Amino acid sequence: MLKNHNNNTKLLLDISNEGRRAFTLPECDVPSQEITDKDNLISNINLPEVSQLDLVRYFTNLSQKNFSIDTNFYPLGSCTMKYNPKVNDQIASLDGFSGIHPYQPQETVQGAIELLYDLQKLLGKVTGLEGVSLSPLAGAQGEYSGLLIARMFHESNGDSKRNIALVPDSAHGTNPASAKMAGLEVVTVKSDEEGNIDIENLKELANEKTAVFMITIPSTLGIFEPNILEITKIIHENGGLVYADGANLNALLGLVKLSDLGVDICHSNLHKTFSTPHGGGGPGSGPVMVNSKLKKFLPYPVAEKNNNDYNLIKPENSIGTINGFYGSFLIAVRAYSYIRSLGKNGIKSISENAIINANYIQSQLKDFYEVFSDRYCMHETVISAKKQKKNGISALDIAKRLLDYGVHAPTMYFPLIVEEALMIEPTESETKETLDNFISIMLKIHDEVTNSPEVVKNAPHNVFHKRLDEALAARNPILKWKK
Amino acid sequence: MYPKEIKYTKDHEWVRVNEDFAEIGITVFAEQLLGDVVFVDLPDVGEDLVQFSKFGEIESVKAVSDLFAPISGEIIEKNIDIDKFPETINNDPFHKGWLLRVKIKDNSELEQLLNLKDYEKLIDEK
Repeated sequence: MLKNHNNNTKLLLDISNEGRRAFTLPECDVPSQEITDKDNLISNINLPEVSQLDLVRYFTNLSQKNFSIDTNFYPLGSCTMKYNPKVNDQIASLDGFSGIHPYQPQETVQGAIELLYDLQKLLGKVTGLEGVSLSPLAGAQGEYSGLLIARMFHESNGDSKRNIALVPDSAHGTNPASAKMAGLEVVTVKSDEEGNIDIENLKELANEKTAVFMITIPSTLGIFEPNILEITKIIHENGGLVYADGANLNALLGLVKLSDLGVDICHSNLHKTFSTPHGGGGPGSGPVMVNSKLKKFLPYPVAEKNNNDYNLIKPENSIGTINGFYGSFLIAVRAYSYIRSLGKNGIKSISENAIINANYIQSQLKDFYEVFSDRYCMHETVISAKKQKKNGISALDIAKRLLDYGVHAPTMYFPLIVEEALMIEPTESETKETLDNFISIMLKIHDEVTNSPEVVKNAPHNVFHKRLDEALAARNPILKWKK
Repeated sequence: MYPKEIKYTKDHEWVRVNEDFAEIGITVFAEQLLGDVVFVDLPDVGEDLVQFSKFGEIESVKAVSDLFAPISGEIIEKNIDIDKFPETINNDPFHKGWLLRVKIKDNSELEQLLNLKDYEKLIDEK
């Protein structure tokens, strides 16, 4: 294959040659100005000096090594990058959206604020939580904002002794981190053997110090918590608020409103569920949604409509602003375009297809790989390589072998409560043929584990780089280029 | 593979007692499950451990996991070598890969721990 001839690992600095230029500026045609503050200038900053053609080849070759959703099946799913319809990028590149500036007076960007207002409304409808701020720039920032809102709520009730965040062990890793950042103490709630929240344990832990209970729904096991109504009732009876991590919202669109489950606050990652760039692209966006009694605490700005005017306002008891300007505006445009182009029924079919695709894979693999739970899953299924481990093959080996077959490795060793976990999220966009191909590859690997384990153990064989030394990279990272 | 003279927890830590003092580490089973260890976050000398409470974190190429104290006591020494060479834990978890040395607070706590036979039974079930 011709591609392999370009297996060039040299960096731009390695091919640098003094005096070479990829681009030369035209001669200066305005008066020059002497730089006065010369002490702050650095002369040797070691920039690569290459010709334009070398530069183009360098980046083109790199881009061809890229393994992406646009080239291959990518079962990391919405968590990392589901397929983003190209029309969203087209809409976001329209001059009226891309050519405006955050310092423009509000009356000259009424259309843009109207879009933010409409998107707030749409997200409010999807989750049932009508107070929306698009300001947070990522899921973790949405969580952080939501937790500050919970704290402000309790404090405004004179209830400032509430400082505990209850977090199940099946929650997303960012949940306890955000709670800590927001000044709360984290207490872990156990899962039972089925992967559900241990109700008895929750009852013991919920009390007058509970500020908020954080739940990822569906959980990281891809399971819809069957006792969710009882759980939210227990928290509310103890005076706490319920926070839902919306990272797995791809399973709930048009099917379940978080407000109906007793959720008070949630965030949604636009870059996961609402089809905006992610996974090295970005920027991210993590709007926070709250019920009507918490609306006044939202981070500003929030878009509002008065008669025919649209304004960006600061809610009465706002927790403050958490970044500059309005959040990631062009990302909001993409999410808006995605939701509006699909419509109410289209949005619902996202989750329906995501769920049926994951269940199809689970049903076809469960005789060969151990499945964490035999129940129907939501948008993702967690299988385990426990059986294969007996032949000396780990989840890592299977993930590496998948690369040989042109499939991106799924999430491994997460969630932590499943041994040798492989988490598979196909998303709504894949055809049955693609799913069948993936299933047949997984069965082939299962055969190899029994008949030629060495092939799996030493995988990958057909990619640019064999196994990378992850331990060495983590123990002795070299973060700066050296001659 | 597993030393007989030491006691184990169901969370896969071990403790080796020498009169009033104890040495603490993680077992081969834990080390193999974790994979290559890249970082260990331990409390400082002088701090107190409380039996079965979290006292630190261990990070491998796979995941970050909590460490739980097999016994209560004051930390008198920590293994500074593993800062530089975390692979020591993978290479020799029961000896050179020890994590902390503590002054035991209450010897009777040892009764809460597993002997080799019970621990082997526990990991066989896994």
